[in-house]
Amino acid sequence: MTTSPPLFDYTLRLGDSCLILAQRLAEWTGHAPVLEEDIALGNLGLDLLGQARSFLTYAGEIEGKGRSEDDLAFLRDAFDFRNVSLVEQPNGDFGQTIARHLLFAGWHELVLERLTQSKDATLAAVAEKGVKEIAYHWRHAAEWTIRLGDGTEESHARMQAGLNQVWGYTPELFRMDETDAAMLSAGIGVDLAGLQPTWDARINAVLAEATLDRPTNITRSNGKQGVHSEHLGHVLTELQYLQRAYPGMQW
Amino acid sequence: MSEQTSQHETEWPLWEVFIRARGGLDHRHCGSLRAPDSEMALMNARDAYTRRGEGHSIWVVKATNIVASNPDDKGSFYDPADDKVYRHPSFYQLPDEVDHM
Repeated sequence: MTTSPPLFDYTLRLGDSCLILAQRLAEWTGHAPVLEEDIALGNLGLDLLGQARSFLTYAGEIEGKGRSEDDLAFLRDAFDFRNVSLVEQPNGDFGQTIARHLLFAGWHELVLERLTQSKDATLAAVAEKGVKEIAYHWRHAAEWTIRLGDGTEESHARMQAGLNQVWGYTPELFRMDETDAAMLSAGIGVDLAGLQPTWDARINAVLAEATLDRPTNITRSNGKQGVHSEHLGHVLTELQYLQRAYPGMQW
Repeated sequence: MSEQTSQHETEWPLWEVFIRARGGLDHRHCGSLRAPDSEMALMNARDAYTRRGEGHSIWVVKATNIVASNPDDKGSFYDPADDKVYRHPSFYQLPDEVDHM
């Protein structure tokens, strides 16, 4: 399958996960339940877009073929994307978007936190900046989860349904494959499996306060190796439309 | 009328937002927003009003907790201060070392 160097692959995973979730959050612009939340979701998306830009620029440098962040974002096909499958899942209703963000931010914050200790100075620097942003994402998602879960009968039911819908994609977040193992032993990457107990504890605490049940369903997802659900193609259609229709178009 | 009442009841309360831009400055009123409770009001204020690095500290106050003076009281409240020139410290010679009074 892939013969690209592990660091390129690894950096793409970080960048693509941020990019695709940023695009998903941007879909809410103009559609959020209230104006205040419209602004908030846009902010969260732009934080992730900023991180994606740094990671993808660096990935292009590692690859050494002259590809820019834009080339990587706009001119790759779905099977070349390395984002975790969780982030490409549809927004659903507001509860499902919050559930997806809770699970992702709870994990991404831990990843970035560990990544600040990376032997790779660039990854460590990007993580250093990003970890503060994602600490806020976690707080935002956790507070909403608690309010919707422990809210009305309808908000509870919808929050639980949203959580059930995206939960299955979480095992992928902690599964170590060859790329992850190579990067870990090089002192660059993060011990994903080792993050699970910390993630479990913080997620369980929020779910308990939100009176929500922890789902048990599992989906065999493998987005980080380029095996995606049909949803990613639709995300890319919108994301890449302009550059595909008018190649080289400048803003 | 009943429709108006039910909409009013389900609407989130209004919060007034005050931002302090830098240490040493006062909190200044910068706008208002709706939020279900104080924690969410703080987060909404952070997202709506400090995106461009405007803030170091945020206060949110439920609009209903603010007691405002009545515009009709303008005459009795403020006019009497107009001709009390002796209340200004303008009759004192200030030493040069005092920069601001």
